[in-house]
Amino acid sequence: MNATLDPKKLISGATGDWEVVIGMEIHAQVTSHSKLFSGASTAFGGDQNAHVSLVDAAMPGMLPVINEECVKQAVRTGLGLNAAINLRSVFDRKNYFYPDLPQGYQISQYKYPIVGEGIVLVDLPDGSQITVGIERLHLEQDAGKSLHDQHPTMSYVDLNRSGVALMEIVSKPDLRSSEEARAYVTKLRTILRYLGTCDGNMDEGSLRADVNVSVRRPGDALGTRCEIKNVNSIRFIGQAIETEARRQIAIIEDGGTIDQETRLFDPSKGETRSMRSKEEAHDYRYFPDPDLLPLEFDQAFVDALKAELPELPDAKKARFMKDYGLPPYDAGVLVAERVQADYFEAVAKGRDGKMAANWVINELFGRLNKEGKDIEKSPVSAEQLGAIVDLIGEGTISGKMAKDLFEIVFVEGGDPRQIVTERGMIQVTDTGAIEAAVDAVMAQNPDKVEQARTKPGMLGWFVGQVMKQTGGKANPQAVSDILKAKIGLE
Amino acid sequence: MSVDQATVRRIAHLARIRVTEDEVPHLQGELNAILDFVAQLDEVSVEGVEPMTSVTPMQMKKRVDVVNDGFMADKVTANAPAADDHFFTVPKVVE
Repeated sequence: MNATLDPKKLISGATGDWEVVIGMEIHAQVTSHSKLFSGASTAFGGDQNAHVSLVDAAMPGMLPVINEECVKQAVRTGLGLNAAINLRSVFDRKNYFYPDLPQGYQISQYKYPIVGEGIVLVDLPDGSQITVGIERLHLEQDAGKSLHDQHPTMSYVDLNRSGVALMEIVSKPDLRSSEEARAYVTKLRTILRYLGTCDGNMDEGSLRADVNVSVRRPGDALGTRCEIKNVNSIRFIGQAIETEARRQIAIIEDGGTIDQETRLFDPSKGETRSMRSKEEAHDYRYFPDPDLLPLEFDQAFVDALKAELPELPDAKKARFMKDYGLPPYDAGVLVAERVQADYFEAVAKGRDGKMAANWVINELFGRLNKEGKDIEKSPVSAEQLGAIVDLIGEGTISGKMAKDLFEIVFVEGGDPRQIVTERGMIQVTDTGAIEAAVDAVMAQNPDKVEQARTKPGMLGWFVGQVMKQTGGKANPQAVSDILKAKIGLE
Repeated sequence: MSVDQATVRRIAHLARIRVTEDEVPHLQGELNAILDFVAQLDEVSVEGVEPMTSVTPMQMKKRVDVVNDGFMADKVTANAPAADDHFFTVPKVVE
């Protein structure tokens, strides 16, 4: 879809430039209370095999019954990806043997997925935007978990995850750099979190990526791809792509060919390595699951879900730019998480949008970052920050004093207005008092006054001195104006 | 459609069924007999006919999203050939 070639994105090898082509399969855990086909809990953690029903353990004679909420979540996600919703889809069995898969097959969707083609708009750090095509989204079961470090010769299997609903979201091979791939996953995660269909928690494995990487000479047909399985952080996705692309380029430049295979990224060694032997290559013998009828619903079901969708990040960003006059970058930062956007709106309501954005992004986010805190745990509420912005707007305090006030509220808490009154943090706008301070500074520094007459850049130094003299309470604009008049500038 | 002996061995391997070399020709004959039997359906024209998924028109049964099952690790692991502390245990599998 992104046919235009950006030379900055090419990788230069020993024999010339290479283009890397990336497609992704994202496995997103559906947010639901119970599993896709059973009434067992999906909660993270839990004692081993506690969240397992006889269906999940694949006991003979047990039958799967679909969780309607998981179907709704998949449809909501499809709508959020601007995708075609298939009113009829089919569950198939994907057959393979592994100790964490008690059924001997995974219930998945193969030929007829619940969601078809869609589109995701992805913003890149340089401000440009790319369109990434979605190939499909289908529902499937997660497998259990094997622990290899509990015993010298045995692996321990916990089926708590077995049967939890996953959405596999398959992109078209539209990504051309590790940076684009990272931005795509970040955007997808944001959309899922807005929709409330996946919590996007990569530490707990709620979002995992399989990354398909191939390289080619610019303009050539697609090269042979390798699939890197189960990369579980956005940073590792970027590293895995870089590593794998360079590995493939080195092989081809040495006269070799790429084997299509599944590989594993090892972040500690910074390498990818082959994972499964070719002999056991994907022969899953899919067939329709005879335990499950086709999944069918009508357009009214889809429309009802569509009507309840929240405002999504792209729409919110456009609205922030239009309603609050924010630049695209600031709007993008604020909408990256719904709680951030909500916080900003609470601060901005009835106030100057740009000033609110500056305080939220630069002061609050900066300070929270320093403490390693999320916005949910912010010691400064939107109401308190709003009061600080009001105090600046009214001219009660200067920007410098506001920063001090913010720090006090951040550390000690309290009502900003009350703090200002109690601690005498009122900005001096009284011209007489400022004039006195200006006179004093000028009298102490006659040589500098002379210099300032020829070098107006010196004015800043004087403003600083006067502010010092007044304990930071003088209105800097008033100080500057009075200084200019007294020194004789303008 | 018919299967050769290599296909018989491959299917057996994928299904994790141990098949000895001298069983292969016999199984090849049985599988081909089954395929020939089913192939009779090729005589019927199904042009434009929707695949039938149930004898009577039925909607897929659905569940509401509540937790009403599980919490039976004892039962779940009771019949396992090997288990330890509510885990299933298997010979070590490492990729």
